[in-house]
Amino acid sequence: MQETYARAFRSWSSYTPGTNMRAWLLRILTNLNVDRGRKIQRTPQTQPLEESDYYLANKMASAGGEEVLEADDVVERLSQDSVVKALSEIPPQFRDVVVLVDIGDFTYADAAQILDVPIGTVMSRLHRGRRALKQHLAEEALT
Amino acid sequence: MSGDPCDRCEELLQDFLDRTLTDVEWQEAEGHLAGCDYCARRYRFEESLRKYVRTSAVERMPPGLMAKLDELRGLDATA
Repeated sequence: MQETYARAFRSWSSYTPGTNMRAWLLRILTNLNVDRGRKIQRTPQTQPLEESDYYLANKMASAGGEEVLEADDVVERLSQDSVVKALSEIPPQFRDVVVLVDIGDFTYADAAQILDVPIGTVMSRLHRGRRALKQHLAEEALT
Repeated sequence: MSGDPCDRCEELLQDFLDRTLTDVEWQEAEGHLAGCDYCARRYRFEESLRKYVRTSAVERMPPGLMAKLDELRGLDATA
């Protein structure tokens, strides 16, 4: 049965949009990504991923004048549009894992099967994807 | 800065939220969080952020999507 949605995931781009997972993935993973190439050019990645784990919290904290901004304050500054935009700006191979695990609530093992990659790859991509997401969110929140 | 308990706590953060820590690591994180306001706020920040990202994306899903995902998980569980 794992192969069922693995196949579904791989072939989603050819599927007619509707109320199903492929339509959702189409929407989340690609339709929101229309101007990604332009944005990457406009906003070069200046923050190394390895250093960006504190990035959102610290950058927003410095803007807010507090040591660590409370989570509710962060939410107030981020529109849902900015979250979706930030998701769309993560490199696709990282974004797919973030969407499956953090949004679709799939396990690492499920995501590995769906994407046909080793579980270690899922974990490393998830790690980098989350950092990249936070970096983009920080940029969204402060512009 | 190696050996800093807050740095160690930060290392454990993502796996803590993913519930993939070992029992020993879990106790290590919880032990530190109980006495460190900074790290406790960091963890709350990350948790809230994850929830908000999830909510934002989920609210843009077409109707019936979560049901479909649940169905796929159900099929998987019985496979």
